[in-house]
Amino acid sequence: MVAETISPIPSAVRVPIKFYPIALDRVRYVGEPIAVVIAEDRYVAEDALELISVDYEALPATADPEAAMADNATLLHEDVGSNVVHHRTFQYGDPDGAFERADRVVKLDWRYPRYASTPMETYGMVANFEKQPDRYTIWSNFQGPFILHALMTGALGVPGNRLRLITSPHSGGSFGIKQAMFPYMVLLAACSRLLGCPVKWIEDRLEHLTASSTGADRADGVEAAFSKDGELLALKFNNIVNVGAFVRAPEPASVYRMHSASNGCYRVRDIAVENRLVVTNTTPIGLNRGYGGPQFYYALERVMDAGAKALAIDPAEIRRRNFIQPEQFPYKAPAGATYDSGNYETGLKKALDLAAYDALKEAREEARAEGKLFGIGMAAGIEPSGSNMAYVTLAQTPEERAKAGGRSGGLGTATVSVDPSGSVTVKTVSTPAGQGHQTVAAQVVADALGLRPDQIDVITEVDTLTSAWSLASGNYANRFSAVVIGAIANAAEKVATKIKLIAAENLEVAPEDIELVGGNAQVVGVPEKALPVRRLAAQTHWHPAGLPEQMEPGLFETTIMNPEMLDAPDDQDRVASAVTFGYVFDLAAVEIHKDTGKIEVVKYVSVHDVGNVLNEIVVEGQIYGGFAHGIAGALLEEFVYDAGANPQAGTFADYLCITAPEIPDLTIGHFNTPSPHNTLGAKGMGDGSSMLAPTAIANAAADALDTFDVNLPLTLNKNWSAANGRPYERAGAAKAKVGDGPREEGAVEGGLKGEGTVELSASPIEVWELLLDPDTLAAVVPGCEELTQLSDDSFSAEVKIGVAGIKGVYSARIDLRDKIEGESVRLVGKASGGLGFGQGEGVVELEHISENRTRLSYSYSANVGGKVAAVGQRMLGTVTKLLIGQFFRGFDKRLRNVNGNSRRVSIGAILKRLFQGRY
Amino acid sequence: MLRIKPDQKQRVTLTVNGKLVSGYAQPRLLLTDFLRHEMGMYGTHVGCEHGVCGACTIIIDDVATRSCLRYAVQCDGLELRTVEGLAEPDGKLNTLQKAFNENGALQCGFCTAGILMSATKFLQDNPKPDRDEIKEMLSGHICRCTGYEQIVRAIFQASGQ
Amino acid sequence: MKPVAFEYCRPDTLEEVMELLTEFGGDASIISGGVSLGAMLNMRLVRPKALIDINHVLELGNVEFDDATAITGALVRQAAAQKMTSLMSGVPLLAMSLPWVGHYQTKSRGTLGGSVAHADPSAEIPLTLVTLGGSVTLRSPSGVREVAARDFFHGLLTTDRRPDELITALNWPLRRASTAYAFEEIAQRHGDFAITAVAAEATVAIDGTLANVSFGLGGVEDHPIVADTAEFIGRPATRDTAKEIAEVVADIVDPMVDLQANADYRRQLVRVLGSRVLSSAFNEASAVREAA
Repeated sequence: MVAETISPIPSAVRVPIKFYPIALDRVRYVGEPIAVVIAEDRYVAEDALELISVDYEALPATADPEAAMADNATLLHEDVGSNVVHHRTFQYGDPDGAFERADRVVKLDWRYPRYASTPMETYGMVANFEKQPDRYTIWSNFQGPFILHALMTGALGVPGNRLRLITSPHSGGSFGIKQAMFPYMVLLAACSRLLGCPVKWIEDRLEHLTASSTGADRADGVEAAFSKDGELLALKFNNIVNVGAFVRAPEPASVYRMHSASNGCYRVRDIAVENRLVVTNTTPIGLNRGYGGPQFYYALERVMDAGAKALAIDPAEIRRRNFIQPEQFPYKAPAGATYDSGNYETGLKKALDLAAYDALKEAREEARAEGKLFGIGMAAGIEPSGSNMAYVTLAQTPEERAKAGGRSGGLGTATVSVDPSGSVTVKTVSTPAGQGHQTVAAQVVADALGLRPDQIDVITEVDTLTSAWSLASGNYANRFSAVVIGAIANAAEKVATKIKLIAAENLEVAPEDIELVGGNAQVVGVPEKALPVRRLAAQTHWHPAGLPEQMEPGLFETTIMNPEMLDAPDDQDRVASAVTFGYVFDLAAVEIHKDTGKIEVVKYVSVHDVGNVLNEIVVEGQIYGGFAHGIAGALLEEFVYDAGANPQAGTFADYLCITAPEIPDLTIGHFNTPSPHNTLGAKGMGDGSSMLAPTAIANAAADALDTFDVNLPLTLNKNWSAANGRPYERAGAAKAKVGDGPREEGAVEGGLKGEGTVELSASPIEVWELLLDPDTLAAVVPGCEELTQLSDDSFSAEVKIGVAGIKGVYSARIDLRDKIEGESVRLVGKASGGLGFGQGEGVVELEHISENRTRLSYSYSANVGGKVAAVGQRMLGTVTKLLIGQFFRGFDKRLRNVNGNSRRVSIGAILKRLFQGRY
Repeated sequence: MLRIKPDQKQRVTLTVNGKLVSGYAQPRLLLTDFLRHEMGMYGTHVGCEHGVCGACTIIIDDVATRSCLRYAVQCDGLELRTVEGLAEPDGKLNTLQKAFNENGALQCGFCTAGILMSATKFLQDNPKPDRDEIKEMLSGHICRCTGYEQIVRAIFQASGQ
Repeated sequence: MKPVAFEYCRPDTLEEVMELLTEFGGDASIISGGVSLGAMLNMRLVRPKALIDINHVLELGNVEFDDATAITGALVRQAAAQKMTSLMSGVPLLAMSLPWVGHYQTKSRGTLGGSVAHADPSAEIPLTLVTLGGSVTLRSPSGVREVAARDFFHGLLTTDRRPDELITALNWPLRRASTAYAFEEIAQRHGDFAITAVAAEATVAIDGTLANVSFGLGGVEDHPIVADTAEFIGRPATRDTAKEIAEVVADIVDPMVDLQANADYRRQLVRVLGSRVLSSAFNEASAVREAA
């Protein structure tokens, strides 16, 4: 019903995927909305939610992009004809030629994990539909970009002025994640229209962790061509992005954000890029701190280390040899970015000094001599800020872009006004979520007007009906200090100019002789010749006739500016994707304890060029914060899916957010090359080490372990296995297989696997008959309330299972296949209940040992989803074993007590326990 | 013995920041929801509702604890301190709050209410903590903005060392 | 994340708790600190008809000592226990394990009894009780019984407690002569449930050999276990013996597998942490013996 009032939401990828904010007839990922319950409060709504029973017909599912790419994989969107929903290749210069000339080619491939910054405040919104005129109003903590407003109006079928978005003045963290709430906003708007009343939704943490948004996991590779003296000649990137079940706008932007700066900090000009976007049965990805940066630098900066090692050049030195030189700025990158300013070698030197690099290398040698696993890693990167809204159209071919019409730009807007009482108000549409926009805006405007910051009120609430906003408005891509602050400074300057003109006329001097200081407009060098700024400002309202000739009355200055370099992509797929390019150089030293796998970050240095620093404490806070996200991705955090695409990290006990004791000590260094692209000389910042720490740590771990085959996050078990040459596969984690082919109905490659044997006191044929006897089953399956035989080989059952007070009722269906009487049988089943659902299969084999002794061997694989998988992952394996144990104990007991019942066949039980049997 | 039926609304009276307040609650109403939606005290934040993130930490009967793991009816007659009670009546920030302000110890501020309450009680228990002890106390909180460093500094500063 | 509707019952006496248990049996949940139960209630994993809040049954908050035992009432808070000097010096292993439990903000409310009732396989308090050979006192309408901790924990979140029983007290053997203790664990983050936790108690005889060893493992199998170390009694209390015990035990355990760790790694932790705690306990017990 809701869907009837909503149209699908498009993206820049032109394929026939119909993305609705609610599933219509097919559910593609755990967490996809299938029903909306509206009640007086959340308690009652959750009661009602439990009354909804969904009858799913299961299809193979996978969370693994490589599996989803297989030829015979089950298609998520049949109309597309492939799970690869976007594929483009790019070439800048002559990469093939450069690879032929190369002395050394280095190649890496890896899996980059899926993680997210999980803001502490979840999504929150109130939607209200009013009639005459028909208008939706949505209050929310949406962060932008407001280009998504256009998609929302499209989905709701209304003109822009009939969808009023009002964002809160403050937001409890965002980091990109609060971009992805817009489909939910559309959904709630539609609900409000259907119900005729305002509707509120505060997302809870379980909802957030399964169904909000995350950064992209990727299956990437890179090749780098080097000359023998370490010159980086060419790069080939092969990016495979697991985009989730849908391409949710602004995706595929994550793989294009860094594209026009694919050379990183280096002079290399021959570059090839191949991008593939793969849909899988996972939550759609979206903006997350560093957006595309962590994945990009994982390619570039790990291959730089690999090149250094291959050529026996120090990793710092190989970077130094390839850096863009200070005199080359502004630097036009091969894929179109224009780097504003920088001095990369200075930053590197500073980092090496702060890290005492030579001493650190000695420490490494000493540690190694003692048999310790000690490694040093580093990463250098530019930090693009203030996005060109058009970069995402690189997803289209030049021909497609030409057809669609031009796109370019990234408007910054701001208003500075002075009311009749002389009070100053700044309005910014930057939707801050803790980045100190108010503080910095007040400071910049105060400086321009000669006032104190506490005299400036900064309004950060956005109202699309009354604010000066545009497509690029919002809080992302380090936009504030790259673009927004320039617009604020410009608007303040307009106000200042006007005040100076009025003061000049009143004081009978030239306007250029007036300065605004200490609340006054005064004649330079003659402080006693002064008038209060407040009074001059008030004059524009109270006494317009007394203003200088030709001056407009009032003081309400709005600046709408477009950074001039943000042009449309050209027909060579080059685009200036961002306004300012900061720089970060990170260096890490780690020790991995061989006996426990513990990884200790012994040293971490991070040097930043953020251009002119607008506010030291804000800049420092952003650096620490970005660092924490980067370290978390490197060491701890991951959204794990099992082989059946069930999310396993549904709570904060399973998704391991980094906490204070896990944060290593950080040494921060600064140097500044002011940006010519910004009136204040500032550059965007904030992503910082969130982009580089995963790579610096991975490089250090690789150095310690003497292998390039490391995969994040570097958890204890993984490190220990790597350090000791032991195989490691995360339990239940998605690694290929499922969905990789048309398979027999019901067959499941499960996340839970197990096998075992029991010896039973009866002959195989007795065991066989009893095993397949419905009465026996009903008796020995713990919690079996009702068992119905549907056909010879098919049963349904109601099972009530409780472990430790965690009780659930499940309805199950079990089919028997491949029966070989007295020898073996295969069971296939599925079940669902309030706490979750499952499917699986098992094989039972009987072997005659001696008279009246039979060995029963079983193996199973099962796949459990729903709440129980998301919140109880830690316990699933154990519970499975427990239930199987219970079953066979009961079975053996019955074999001893009951004497051969000759009724027919059935077994299902094992599976029943498994499938539904989580709790 | 007190017994309250599942759908019965029970009067709950608490002392919050020295003021007697009361409202009605069914047994399953979380203390966090009671404070926010019945009392209109939005200072206590809700971050996870399963006792991990720490945003909802308040001081109940002189103990810093999670308010999402308590039901309002359990707290009848108890004395609560929440973030609203920290500043002076005239709105002047107390020493701890000032230290947070000066050190940039909050960005979005969502986790801050809980951390301030933990730290308030923690500094009573341990007036001169070292940095590691502060970090250990903070391990019961998740902050996604600051990377914790500036929080550690602020608490250290507030301890007057 | 809001619980199902339940009746709230707040008894003031043990007798009233018994009445409620008779009335509701397994359909009630008993809440003390609520640190684990609260989360499970909010997620609706646990769906009781009634919540029995024992926090007003004051007698459950007492700590008593007899000659050989510290008896902690079920309601003794973890943080409070840590501050009780007599308890901490009387039960040194508990003093060693409590710092690993949870966080400042959860220990303030979480109880010793609650942790034992919840029976998380990785929890430190059950492991400590099992290692020391302590016991659990349970009371039902039909009487009181005491169950050895080693028999109490059956499996994941599953114990010997019957639906009509309340844990009233935990009984901790007091420190014995020439005996020393050690505890260690590894978790992915500070305060998390351990991937593996190990605890050791060792008594050294006059001749420097082992008179008694208790080697407890948490987070390895689905409940805390104590390894059978009988064959090592009488062996020298040395580092080599410690290592040997840990290695033997690592080979015979049947470790859990979860997202955090596979069996291979858990075995290794038994080996390396086990050898450390045993060694440390042996050392200290030898020193105590020599001093005596």
